[in-house]
Amino acid sequence: MSGGHAHALHIHGHSVVHRLPGHLKVAALFLFVVAVVATPARAVWAFGLYASVLGLVAGLAGVPVRFIARRMLVEVPFLAFAVLLPLVGEGPFLEFGGVRLSEAGVLAAWTILAKGSCGVVASILLAATTEIPDILAGLNRLRAPKAIVAIAGFMVRYLEVISGEMARMRVAMAARGYEPKAFWQVKALATSAGALFIRSYERGERVYMAMVSRGYAGSMPTFGEVPTLTADVVRALALPGLAIITAAVALVVSG
Amino acid sequence: MHIPDGFINGTTSLGAGVIAAGGVGGALRQSAARLKDRQIPLAGLVAAFVFVLQMLNFPVLPGMSGHLLGGALAAILMGPSVAVVVVSVVIILQAMLFADGGVSALGLNLINMAVVTTLSGWFMFRLVRAPFRASRRAVLGASFVAATLSVVVSAVMFVVEYAIGGVGGVNLFNVLLLMAGSHLLIGIGEGFITVAVVGAVLQARPDLVFGASDLTAEGGPRLPMKRFWILAGVAAAILVSLTVFASSNPDGLQWVAEQTGFAQGAQGSLTATSPLSNYGAAGLSAGAGRIVAAAVGMVVTFLLGWVTFTILRRRSPV
Repeated sequence: MSGGHAHALHIHGHSVVHRLPGHLKVAALFLFVVAVVATPARAVWAFGLYASVLGLVAGLAGVPVRFIARRMLVEVPFLAFAVLLPLVGEGPFLEFGGVRLSEAGVLAAWTILAKGSCGVVASILLAATTEIPDILAGLNRLRAPKAIVAIAGFMVRYLEVISGEMARMRVAMAARGYEPKAFWQVKALATSAGALFIRSYERGERVYMAMVSRGYAGSMPTFGEVPTLTADVVRALALPGLAIITAAVALVVSG
Repeated sequence: MHIPDGFINGTTSLGAGVIAAGGVGGALRQSAARLKDRQIPLAGLVAAFVFVLQMLNFPVLPGMSGHLLGGALAAILMGPSVAVVVVSVVIILQAMLFADGGVSALGLNLINMAVVTTLSGWFMFRLVRAPFRASRRAVLGASFVAATLSVVVSAVMFVVEYAIGGVGGVNLFNVLLLMAGSHLLIGIGEGFITVAVVGAVLQARPDLVFGASDLTAEGGPRLPMKRFWILAGVAAAILVSLTVFASSNPDGLQWVAEQTGFAQGAQGSLTATSPLSNYGAAGLSAGAGRIVAAAVGMVVTFLLGWVTFTILRRRSPV
């Protein structure tokens, strides 16, 4: 439950990627994704390059491919939408194996698949190599508004309180032979949600009291900032730097 | 509902980022006084709660599940400006930690799920509550309407963004029907859960419900009746003009369905299992189409109403 405890998305390690300071990794993620999105979709080679560089980073960080693949499932709803695009899009049409595909739809599906996947993998790599407190500290150093970082800190702490509470309630329901899944059972979900809020709030209040009694006065204690090393900046910017150059080349080449 | 990277073009995403930063910044400034010491942990709790609720998927149509957005709930529990900040935290962490929603699309997702859902939910909560006396029942009824419609408004906002910078040549009317229709169903689920949570909190800890602070002794915000009638009038006028427009073009839906290949949906196994084909089957009958059109009309109405409300509020001396 404490903040320093590794989260489920984290892969413990001591690689170069793990050791980079949080604020540099967060900045690198943003720059990389912006470069990917700016790349014209028709420059297929550029996306191949992005994929291999991300693969390299994953290799360096020791993040298994299976882990990334499983985490990529969040993309599925939009991938479903992407698959539908060539079928429901408007003309001009391509004839492909007897199926009429919209040309714009095919390009759009590819765009979503390529850019979306690069973004998802980059975020997964950040989460896998950075502990949550480091990400929050990184946001702080990047001058994110204090209230946002503070709420995020509490959110992460309460998340485990709430999911633990929710898991206990689910087990209790299942133990009594009730597992609501269908839409008409929404009332069961709804009343559990109500109970969950009250329970979590009251546990959260105790967490807060415990913090106050240990000296919390509105903000978390911060320790002296470690100066940013130039070598770290260079390492962190390697990925987005490469992506920015690639995007620029792709923009020039495909006009 | 989370937009990934590359789904909406870069320029639009960037513009949305600027707008979202402005919106969240404004909410931060407004809530600065309220977000002191003790409120921060509560805000964190509501954020965590919204986060968990967004993981509670429930089936809406065969093959398609929806999740709660939690914006209206957060607004009713914590007030609109704090709620915008709270849901923004959820969206930002989802993008960075869980790869849910693209980092470059953060502005879009913040507008849809943190700003529009929350503010439209709050607006509708106030609007529906206004003509009734401050009672538990009025609060819960308003919570249901606000939560349901806030999800639909958010879906419509997505369509607006898709219209501005979406990829692919899909007919916009189709996207609008699909999004607004399915999110009306998701919204009803959201409405039930919002009512349950607000009801439970109201029973156990009424002091924690910002939107019902007038139920307790302290007294709280209330929409003046004059303003309510102006809003209701604007809403009715728009609804009537939309209905007239919809009924004068009864074949519009049919035409759109044939144009865009919904009609062929049943042929391919891929599309047969998709929500689009299910939706198409429903959308083809004129009756169902009109219901959807009416729902869309309501959304537009409430959006316009919200704008009116904001303008009116700015002019009032308070």
